[in-house]
Amino acid sequence: MLPLISHWLTQLVIGTSLLLIIAFALLKINRYLRQQLTAQRSLVNRINRALPQTQCGQCGHPGCLPYARSISLGEASNKCPPGGQETILELAELLNEPVRGLDPAHGQFRDFSVAVIREDECIGCTKCIQACPVDAILGGPKLMHTIITSECTGCDLCVEPCPVDCIDMINHLAPAISHTTPPYFDLRCSLGMNT
Amino acid sequence: MSTLKQLASKFFGHDPVFARRTAGGIQPLPFKEHSLRSRIMSTPIPPQLTIPIGTEGSGEITRLVDIGEQVLKYQKLAIMSLSAKGRSGVPVHAPTSGVITSIENSIVADHSQQQQLCINLTVDGHDEALQLEPHTDYSKLSSTDLVSLIRDAGVIGMGGAGFPTADKLSGYGKPAIEFLIINAAECEPYITADEALLRERADSVVLGAEILQRACAAQRCIIAIEDTKPDAIAAIKQSLQNEANYEQRCELVLVPSKYPAGSERQLIQCVTGIEIATGQHPTEQGIVMHNVGTAYAAYEAIVEGKPCISRFTTLCGQALKTPKNFEVLIGTAAHFLFELCGIDAGRKQRSIVGGSLMGVELDSDKAATCKTTNCLIAASANELQAPAAEQACIRCGFCADACPSKLLPQQLFAFSKTLDTTQLLEHGLLDCIECGACDYVCPSQLPLVSTYKESKKFIETRRQSLEYSDYWQQRFQFRQYRVKKEKDQALSRKLDAPVQSMQAAEQPPKAQNDEAGFISKEQASKDIAAAVARVKFRRNEKNK
Repeated sequence: MLPLISHWLTQLVIGTSLLLIIAFALLKINRYLRQQLTAQRSLVNRINRALPQTQCGQCGHPGCLPYARSISLGEASNKCPPGGQETILELAELLNEPVRGLDPAHGQFRDFSVAVIREDECIGCTKCIQACPVDAILGGPKLMHTIITSECTGCDLCVEPCPVDCIDMINHLAPAISHTTPPYFDLRCSLGMNT
Repeated sequence: MSTLKQLASKFFGHDPVFARRTAGGIQPLPFKEHSLRSRIMSTPIPPQLTIPIGTEGSGEITRLVDIGEQVLKYQKLAIMSLSAKGRSGVPVHAPTSGVITSIENSIVADHSQQQQLCINLTVDGHDEALQLEPHTDYSKLSSTDLVSLIRDAGVIGMGGAGFPTADKLSGYGKPAIEFLIINAAECEPYITADEALLRERADSVVLGAEILQRACAAQRCIIAIEDTKPDAIAAIKQSLQNEANYEQRCELVLVPSKYPAGSERQLIQCVTGIEIATGQHPTEQGIVMHNVGTAYAAYEAIVEGKPCISRFTTLCGQALKTPKNFEVLIGTAAHFLFELCGIDAGRKQRSIVGGSLMGVELDSDKAATCKTTNCLIAASANELQAPAAEQACIRCGFCADACPSKLLPQQLFAFSKTLDTTQLLEHGLLDCIECGACDYVCPSQLPLVSTYKESKKFIETRRQSLEYSDYWQQRFQFRQYRVKKEKDQALSRKLDAPVQSMQAAEQPPKAQNDEAGFISKEQASKDIAAAVARVKFRRNEKNK
């Protein structure tokens, strides 16, 4: 009888410890996966925050968040002209990469500008309204359209669809935003500093 | 007895009010004696006044007069309001009578170095004035009345920041105001306007302090003055004794003389021991601080009913033969004042507005004085020289000892070079009061303060553009949500359509009723035919 009991006991002990080990391992794996996921998410968030949110699509993605996701998966981070040198530097610092110049295939730096409709020429086709990513254009079918300057991100997307070419991009002395490079950036670029 | 009490409270720590040692600071040569030799004088009325009414874009400017209009002394010219605050504005008054010739942007003798919108007034010399309404018995007025009278008189902070006094008084209202501190610690070299004012018109200043105290309902009023100004101290003591009832509430505190003792946060800490945190406003700790000049302007506004049309300005510098303090009409050009002091044009190298440490160079002597112009210096070549060539930082640490905000200027400088925003903020860049003490002591002549100013500007732009990008992101997400919702709705309509038509088929057809507004198909075709016939008939008639 005794060996039988001891056999049961051994089995019980071994079984429980195995179960415990498995449970522990599962917990660990769960935690690890979660960490990975949050790290990925927070990285995407941080990249997204560094992007200028003009939603212009010059990087080839439909909006800034998709581009941020793509960067986090390894795409080059120098495809954002509206962000200026600042965005490139910030992204390089975030991703711990060397600072590169803007990819010329995706446009050039330029000052912040907003779209303005020449209202006499507008025929009210609503094509620009459909193109605007931030609903900054006001108007209806066969009625004159106008752009709410304070909402405009300067993304250029409304210029192309206009059939009568009545939208101009005008340099705007925005109260805040200027994408000019401050003097000390040159120094930083030439030294290749990332911190 | 009272001195005994004071002593006791000082030693047993009951009374928080006494002068403490504060961190940092420097003791530059004061250069104050020259302009204090003569009494305050009022200027003759200049032939042309350029009255600043505000910077375009920073707020809302309501103009009350037109070009070519004849105005009287004390007449309101414009109202300037800070649109962000949503408060009623501060008016600007005509300093004398005359005709308005033009309204344009021009240079103002101000720390901001920005052009301001100015009203050009050609003076007619008659000095015809509007009737004033004095309130000699101000004790009957309520605090709200006092505040609105002060606002109406166009009083703004005379110390330099130029914040509307009425807004500061009516305040934020959150905690009750415990201390009203009248700032007479004029610590910057060259400037003597406040000292001269106290020396000669201490009675008015003390009355003004009482008015301010009533207006903000402060429990205690403290006049803080540096201990190196014996004449002014004696004058205040004298007038405090005259005001027998008042002495119980108004106190005089002597603070050690060093630069920058007169800075708001430093003086508050020196007098009350309370440190104001970053981004906090002194009113949140129950403290409000006003300049001596502001107290005098409040006295004029209430007791004499006179709007703020002049201020006290020091004129000094080696190029002037007789440096002195003037009661200057707002809008007087700097060169007019220089000429009154006997300027030696050959000796003058540059003109500076403000003191020698925080002052900025004027682009042109045509600049008009405004309500915050406390000092104009006509500097000769060997006075206030431009700093020598910049050398490498040798890490001597003098700047850290001199900093009144207990910052590490050399670290901040290094971080500014690389624009390391996080480190700059962690090292308290926003606590820098830009006093220039670090520049003064630096043996390597590093341009510390100007670098900090640049980095502050950079951080501010960065913050604003982040704010914008957040907003744009929200708008973009909302649009995506909206487009998706509209698509879903269209789809569901499409899916529901056959069901609806089936339902409609099941239902008995509605009775067609002409009287209820329904028109049958036959009736409609008849009507159309009739209309077409009418048109044809008319055309035929015309053709005939």
